Amino acid sequence: MIRALIAALLVLLLGSAARAERLIVSVSNHRVTVTPNYSGEELVLFGSVEKDASTPADRAAYDLVVTVIGPRADMVTRRKERTFGIWINTDYRQFLQVPSYLALFANRPFDQITSPEIARRQQIGLNNVRLMQRVSGDYADVVPNDAFRSAFIRLRTQRGLYREDASAVTFLTPTLFRTGIPLPAEVPIGTYEVEIKLFANGAFIGKTETAFEIVKVGFEQFVATSARQNGLIYGLATAAMALMTGWMASIVFRKD
Amino acid sequence: MQLYLPIADLPVNVFLVLAMGAAVGFVSGMFGIGGGFLMTPLLIFIGITPAVAVASVASHIAASSFSGAISYWRRRAIDPALATVLLCGGVTGTALGVWTFTQLRALGQLDLMIALSYVVLLTTVGSLMFSEGLRALMRTRRGTVPPRRTHNWIHGLPLKMRFKRSKIYLSVIPVVIVGVVIGFIGAIMGIGGGFILVPIMIYLLRVPTSTVIGTSMILTLVTMLVATMLHAVTNHLVDAVLALILMVGGVTGAQFGARAGQRIRGEQLRLLLGLLILSVGIRFAVELVIRPEDLFTIRELGVNG
Repeated sequence: MIRALIAALLVLLLGSAARAERLIVSVSNHRVTVTPNYSGEELVLFGSVEKDASTPADRAAYDLVVTVIGPRADMVTRRKERTFGIWINTDYRQFLQVPSYLALFANRPFDQITSPEIARRQQIGLNNVRLMQRVSGDYADVVPNDAFRSAFIRLRTQRGLYREDASAVTFLTPTLFRTGIPLPAEVPIGTYEVEIKLFANGAFIGKTETAFEIVKVGFEQFVATSARQNGLIYGLATAAMALMTGWMASIVFRKD
Repeated sequence: MQLYLPIADLPVNVFLVLAMGAAVGFVSGMFGIGGGFLMTPLLIFIGITPAVAVASVASHIAASSFSGAISYWRRRAIDPALATVLLCGGVTGTALGVWTFTQLRALGQLDLMIALSYVVLLTTVGSLMFSEGLRALMRTRRGTVPPRRTHNWIHGLPLKMRFKRSKIYLSVIPVVIVGVVIGFIGAIMGIGGGFILVPIMIYLLRVPTSTVIGTSMILTLVTMLVATMLHAVTNHLVDAVLALILMVGGVTGAQFGARAGQRIRGEQLRLLLGLLILSVGIRFAVELVIRPEDLFTIRELGVNG
């Protein structure tokens, strides 16, 4: 698989037309099928930085940041507080259209790649990713150390759905790179966007995008889909199943 | 063997869930109850969200009460008229319960309300049952006959109706009210309510013991079927895979439980049941008071529900 990819990349490299630095990337699988016994997988992203005549000669080393963004969804983060001696959800924040899966990978620590200013603009690092919140009618992203924002990132990270790794991208040659994209067992289904941003000497010099899709197959997914889309039929089927089981039991265990 | 539960969104060990179903089934067969008040907490304990647990257990209780109801029907131990009046209230109560459930879930207070209801209901019923069982046990030791009360204020209410098979003449008002209450708490807490309904019917409505369990099973069966339907249509929280495993374990365990129950005396059985109910209630109370491991929780509202 990997060898085939490298071969494909080389063909691409040889045949492409020159136009400043160009990023050429490919993921090992554009369609991941999650079966009932799926227990996590790792996709591989391969790519190459292509130079041409207009590339400044002093550009020897490149830095890369890979961002993987899963399907977006609205989420609510709630905080418990002690009220009358018991723990109750008191305050909440709504996060609007935030990624259900988010991974940021780089070849070295984010703060060494570029300045804080550019990192913020290019959303480099979990602290700089924009997570829109609705706070009583206002729409805003808040400071990185906001209690709800950091709790949100912490809980998503615990489930393996948000991650950042500043050593995940490895350069095989000065221009050829690869990184693994771990997908845990509970990955949300949908389309995943991958953004690859190229930096040189702290400056942002270009980006490219690719995507892959995660689909679930099998009986479980059929059950989940019908529960959401045909609630009435699903309910009737479950009720009928209950009656059947009860009836069967009364036959099997009939005493007289 | 791991199996992925589609609605609970969680991989579980099939044999663990099967064993839980069988254990609860055993207890429910022994005491002649649905066992929802044990099943729902156990599911919450293994990491299933309270909302999914409550909705899925409803269908599990429907299955076990249906197999019970069939055998009581054969023995003519069900009062159809009384069951019909109870159901008028029961179905209304269930619908109200599912509606309240949805509202509480939107407010983010559902888990708290489920826990609070368990604490209040189970500690009250448990301690009443325990003390009553203790008194009955003392009486049999001393050999005295319990004082038999004949009528109470409930029998003075209007709209009286004759329930032939139970041989009682009773106002429909308290019967309907009992139905509403049981249906309502059943839908919110994921319990059949048999363990509250049977004592109420015996002590308050004076339904004879010959028809009380069979009739209460009909109410449990229908309210739980309605609850399953409504939870599936409104909240999409019924996990059919989970429910099926529970049912299979539950109905099997119940058969053995019923046999074990016949060897224990009635007073001791009530004492044990009271203790069991009380301890589940206390467990919920402790959970509410101690500081949770994480003060924050996330709920996804979007694409993946």
